[in-house]
Amino acid sequence: MTITATDSRTHRTSARRRPARTSMLKSTRFSSVTRPRRSALLTALTSIALIYSLLPLVWLVLNATKPQAELFTSFGLWFSDSFHLIENIAATLSYDDGIYTRWLLNTILYVVAGAGGATLLAVAGGYGLAKFNFPGRRAVFAVVIGAAAVPGTALAVPTFLMFSQLELTNTPWSVIIPSLISPFALYLMWVFAAEAVPTELMEAARMDGASEFRIFWQIAAPLLAPGTVTVALFTTVATWNNYFLPLIMLRDSSWYPLTLGLNAWNSQASTAGGEAVFDLVITGSLLMILPLIAVFLLLQRFWQAGLSAGSVKE
Amino acid sequence: MTVAAPVAHVADPAESSQPPVATPPPRRGKWTGWAFVGPFMVVFAFVFLAPIIYSLWLSLFRDQMVGGNQFVGLENYIQAFGDQQLWRALGRVTLFLVIQVPVMLGIALLVALAIDSGRLHGKNFFRIAVFMPYAVPAVVATLMWGFMYGTQFGLVANFNDMFGLNIPSPLAPEWVLLAIGNIVTWQFVGYNMLIFYSALRVIPHSLYEAAEIDGAGQWRIITAIKLPAIRSAMVIATIFSIIGSFQLFNEPSILQAMAPNSISSSFTPNLYAYSLSFAGQQFNYAATVAIIMGVITMLVAYVVQLRGMREDMR
Amino acid sequence: MLALTRGRRRALAGAAALALVITSCADNGTSEVDEDIAAEGGELLLWGWTGVYEDIAEAYMEENPEVTVEVQNVGTNEDQYTALQNAVAAGSGIPDLAQIEYYAIPQFAIADSLADLSELGAEDLEGTYTPGPWDSVTMEGGIWGLPIDSGPMAFFYNAALLEEHGIEVPETWEDFAQAARDLNEADPDVYLAADTGDAGFATSMIWQSGGRPYQVDGTSVSIDFSEPETQRWAELWNELIEDEVLAPITAWSDEWYQGMANGTIASLTTGAWMGSNLQSGVEEGHGDWRVAPMPQWEGEEFTTAENGGSSIAIMEDSDNKELAYDFLQFASNGGGADLARDQGVFPATVERLEDEDYLNEEVEYFGDQQVYQVLAESADSVAEGRQYLPFHVHAISIFNDTAGQAYVSDTTLSEGLEEWGEQSAAYGNEQGFDVE
Repeated sequence: MTITATDSRTHRTSARRRPARTSMLKSTRFSSVTRPRRSALLTALTSIALIYSLLPLVWLVLNATKPQAELFTSFGLWFSDSFHLIENIAATLSYDDGIYTRWLLNTILYVVAGAGGATLLAVAGGYGLAKFNFPGRRAVFAVVIGAAAVPGTALAVPTFLMFSQLELTNTPWSVIIPSLISPFALYLMWVFAAEAVPTELMEAARMDGASEFRIFWQIAAPLLAPGTVTVALFTTVATWNNYFLPLIMLRDSSWYPLTLGLNAWNSQASTAGGEAVFDLVITGSLLMILPLIAVFLLLQRFWQAGLSAGSVKE
Repeated sequence: MTVAAPVAHVADPAESSQPPVATPPPRRGKWTGWAFVGPFMVVFAFVFLAPIIYSLWLSLFRDQMVGGNQFVGLENYIQAFGDQQLWRALGRVTLFLVIQVPVMLGIALLVALAIDSGRLHGKNFFRIAVFMPYAVPAVVATLMWGFMYGTQFGLVANFNDMFGLNIPSPLAPEWVLLAIGNIVTWQFVGYNMLIFYSALRVIPHSLYEAAEIDGAGQWRIITAIKLPAIRSAMVIATIFSIIGSFQLFNEPSILQAMAPNSISSSFTPNLYAYSLSFAGQQFNYAATVAIIMGVITMLVAYVVQLRGMREDMR
Repeated sequence: MLALTRGRRRALAGAAALALVITSCADNGTSEVDEDIAAEGGELLLWGWTGVYEDIAEAYMEENPEVTVEVQNVGTNEDQYTALQNAVAAGSGIPDLAQIEYYAIPQFAIADSLADLSELGAEDLEGTYTPGPWDSVTMEGGIWGLPIDSGPMAFFYNAALLEEHGIEVPETWEDFAQAARDLNEADPDVYLAADTGDAGFATSMIWQSGGRPYQVDGTSVSIDFSEPETQRWAELWNELIEDEVLAPITAWSDEWYQGMANGTIASLTTGAWMGSNLQSGVEEGHGDWRVAPMPQWEGEEFTTAENGGSSIAIMEDSDNKELAYDFLQFASNGGGADLARDQGVFPATVERLEDEDYLNEEVEYFGDQQVYQVLAESADSVAEGRQYLPFHVHAISIFNDTAGQAYVSDTTLSEGLEEWGEQSAAYGNEQGFDVE
């Protein structure tokens, strides 16, 4: 966790090295009242929230080490007699001809195409909204926000019926296309682009005869990077965790994302002749959240900068 | 919590005094902006607007298993206004909203302030750990908490046995809303904390120095500088959470399998719309419910936004 | 055609046996599936969630190399029905064949979503199935699916646990109630049974008791939970709920499996298919569990009921009905059915059920008990005349909203059932049925 170096002292020095423009975005403040002392009491109090957040994850890790029988008979927050983590992982990956791997690959496909596309659309859209005055700009805001308030689950059926008429259901497209739109991402990029891309810079480029596309690609895009990473991560989480949309769109389990697959495993116990595989559900859940956590940890420096500068400003 | 893509909006950047509006109109063709916003809007129209319009259309018909499809005008709306189940469901999510949202945002704010104060030992660990549950899909989170809620063999049972307690089943009808509130809180505390924390980080530290010279203590700095500075972040988070509460679906729908008598098929408006269209094949009435809920959500979000903004101007 | 089917329905209601004769009117000469249809080849898509379907499809393809049968698991029961209804509503993506549980057959049949198998020659198969399943796939003068398994009910119990507490296996429901109280008194952590309200269980119990709450005649439907036969079960069960001697554990949850594994739940009164679920889900119970006949109402003739069970139906929109029927016969009544039985599916065909080798098989899990004899006896004694609502899938979805409240509030089970009936009726009327 030290890679982030957001500790006040290191932060100050690194900020000094930054070009002036960036420091506008990413403030150089110390932590609070100039030289705070560490407080054991505050640490202890905040630890309550920490325990609350981590306890279920600890439960998940511990229970992923248990064979199914001991899952039912051992204390939830400690190991059971046998340590079955490796066996459980192997069973999860090999069960039903290794369908878990297939679901993982599907999920990755949906994330790359869906979240990737959503990020591109949001970055371009946010930039367009922030940096150009065009007819209907205000209407875009009203319409996007208004539509987003309609419950998604309830729109599911009309969407499903529409997609079936286009013969898109039960194909990856039916999951990818709706994932391409994130009103939140658009908003974030809008606010971010307004600040991160100086209009003077664009003007200067225009004087030099650069095309609008080139200005976007070569000048704006690098400046938008922190916001882009933030948006990419949030849309990744949304797509990675997507459950409801694939639930209605997909029938063929070989196109399932992990969320649907795990739920299918969980409900499999409830059928005549069905095999209860709660151990695989738990291990599969653990395996599923690890990549996201890893991505968050690795990229935290970027997305936090994006979030600070973009989503909220005083 | 949010089923559809998350949505945040506070200030309409096109209307407020924020930088987006300060953008001078570019010299080139006034339609250039559409080249960037267009792709987003095309997909948006396809996956958001078209289903909404289709829903409006559907809500004017009634399709019966016996008797077929017929135009009924506004009859579905009239039926909805007298529909006890719908209003009870709305009452339930409203109750959820007024209790869960303040608790969640309160915890998030306290943790954000604690981390921001610089007085914690290992603050980076705190920040990442509290945020981690956000990476857990709602499906996995609900399955996990569902396992733990068990009074027979779950963690609740373990605690009852160990400490001789008599914790009632969190999934009993009286408690189930709280049980759901807990899952949602667990998932989103970290996310909201991060929004607040990011807003806190960009407060210019010169403000703190000035306050310190004036002899202000920690508490005074929080109330006089920090909280006002992150008001817009709090409004974002609140509106987010309101939309999320009104759209509550994943958690109750997965818990339903474990607590069928506590979570009725019309527990939340969204679950009701889902049951209507899927178990009941009442697509038309479900579309009506969806539209009514969309309008209510928009109104509430709008009022909160208006209030938040008005106080901002003071 | 309509007039004909109506005539046939009356005949069925009058005397089931005569139906065979009358239905032959429907044959138009091509009813017998061409033996060579499978040799011509083709592709079939089957939706089903039971694991054995994959193996049946493979066995069929081995015999008929020109045919490809693809099995898709699109979700378990309600989830699959939803997908199926959606596909039908959208008019695309409809499979050729689909697994449909007996209670859902009327709903799909009345919506004209299913092919009438009597047009493909299925009435020839009458008599080859046990009465319960066959009853469930025939209605409105048509045959809407062929049975794959059946669920005649029996009393599955943890013998070691009952013995430990000196509880006898109950023969009547009165005994059962007493045993439930005694056992829970002996050890408050042990329950004779778990129940938090299950529509399938409740209606099966009512059925066994002699209640016939649903009467369906085309689009006119009556719902009545006030019959004395219904009420006597509701009252007996309500007392058990009020005395808190039924474990408040929802069936099929992880706690439920846990409860059976660790001796919290001592018995289950359910369909014959439970045997294979116990073996896979409750390994710890190996050797401890046994099967006894379903408890009876004192002084009455031995009667059981069906609970659950699935059929495979051919979808009306399939372009390949004859080939689908060829596969279906294999799956339901041919090599596929043999294979299924070998994998623990409880057979719905008389031939497989009455097979001596099967009946005499000693099942190791059940302490070498010859459990199939108990189950076969149950299959033979299933009460006749059960009907499901033509909107039963929806009715089940609101069971816990209504009757389920008896388990968590002051509402009695009788009141809950009445409310269930009323809400079901309201839905039926909204859907254009004539419900009273």
